[in-house]
Amino acid sequence: MIEVENVHKSFGDSHILKGISTSFEQGKTNLIIGQSGSGKTVFLKCLLGLFQPEEGNIVYNGQNYSELKLDEQRNLRQEMGMVFQGSALFDSMTVEGNVKFPLEMFTKQSKSEMNDRVDFVLKRVNLSDAHEKYPSEISGGMQKRVAIARAIVMNPKYLFCDEPNSGLDPKTAILIDNLIQEITREYNITTVINTHDMNSVMEIGEKIIFLKNGFKEWEGTNKEIFKTDNEAVTNFVYSSELFKKVRQMYLEERN
Amino acid sequence: MVWEVFKKPTKWSIMRSLILKEIDELIFGSLGIIVFIAFFIGGVVTIQTALNLNNPFLPKSLIGFATRQSVILEFAPTFTSIIMAGKVGSYITSSIGTMRVTEQIDALEVMGVNSLNYLVLPKIIAMLMYPFAVAIAMYVGILGGWIAAVFGGYAPSGEFIKGLQMEFESFHVTYAFIKTLIFAFVIATVPSYHGFFMKGGALEVGKASTTSFVWTSVVIIILNYILTQLMLG
Repeated sequence: MIEVENVHKSFGDSHILKGISTSFEQGKTNLIIGQSGSGKTVFLKCLLGLFQPEEGNIVYNGQNYSELKLDEQRNLRQEMGMVFQGSALFDSMTVEGNVKFPLEMFTKQSKSEMNDRVDFVLKRVNLSDAHEKYPSEISGGMQKRVAIARAIVMNPKYLFCDEPNSGLDPKTAILIDNLIQEITREYNITTVINTHDMNSVMEIGEKIIFLKNGFKEWEGTNKEIFKTDNEAVTNFVYSSELFKKVRQMYLEERN
Repeated sequence: MVWEVFKKPTKWSIMRSLILKEIDELIFGSLGIIVFIAFFIGGVVTIQTALNLNNPFLPKSLIGFATRQSVILEFAPTFTSIIMAGKVGSYITSSIGTMRVTEQIDALEVMGVNSLNYLVLPKIIAMLMYPFAVAIAMYVGILGGWIAAVFGGYAPSGEFIKGLQMEFESFHVTYAFIKTLIFAFVIATVPSYHGFFMKGGALEVGKASTTSFVWTSVVIIILNYILTQLMLG
């Protein structure tokens, strides 16, 4: 569980996050949505500890991040997994090297234990035959799956994903969404996903937070988002004709 | 930044392999260019000295003496360091800068890795080997001078070697190696700083490499002046 209390973040004169408070529950896929420039990425980076908010608290299972020392913050980060928008795989390492990296850095496992764990997570993301390939030799979807494997190899308590579907074809995007949701439930992880993808909102959004101009405009579930009257949310989520029709059909069905 | 580099060290088994990789990349990978430049600079110094010593009362051994002094005191440590600022410095800035723009450094930080320690410390330690490369540059520079003197007909071999041994002060070699060690630290840290704290995309990686070369060279030249004044003045 992550609790966020009145988080403010500025860069110079521009006030990006203007007092965001919310909570992200364990075992659920929590989505952050909003237009470009609404503060989603800054908010996610604050959650990851890459940016320090000027005001407010972020509490991870009772541990207030801003009150921890640098070494304690780094220890807490070892409980986090992150899937970056561009995957952020280490170019100089193979797929196996990338996934094994956190194990080599932070565990005292033997080589065979590490290899077993790497095999297990790569199998979990359906990449059993890519061990020796380099990131430049695999597709964008495969890179995302390697990034997910690397993020979960240490059994994290928190999983963060920044636009996990960007640049992927619709079929692969759905595969990635489903994979993240399955892993979240299977390992009871607190997952926070930053996304623009409305399919993800409809399919896996167990809790959705809508940001606008640095404020939290709305929050609810993927069922509630169909019924909301909030104009900013409906303008954003149902901007395409397809999603307008989906919403209409859902509401007609409910009535 | 420098304090952070030495905090929360990376596991020794990983650090060891990183250091060996950096020694291979930064030192062994630069030996070819160092030897090439040192050889020809030594030769040019010899020819220019010989051409300026046209008084028949001056002994030919002065050519060897001047070559030795120039190569050991300045050309091997300082000139080679400027070359290394270009070759090694731009490699360091661009490799760390690319990791920054592709979020690989963020990935390290999120995992709880001290990214400065992981990326910069192996380079600083690898550069401790740099004086060995400069020692090779000294040897090859003097060899280049000897070949130019003997085969160019500027001085007989015996006279040149006599000049090499004339009034030799071992402190000059110590001074050169102390300078080299300080330059090694500059070559490892200034480009790392420019790569690590860069902002932007691919274009900015190129700009950061250029800026880091300029600043590394400026720092080396200023330190060269200060160290010479302090140690030889």
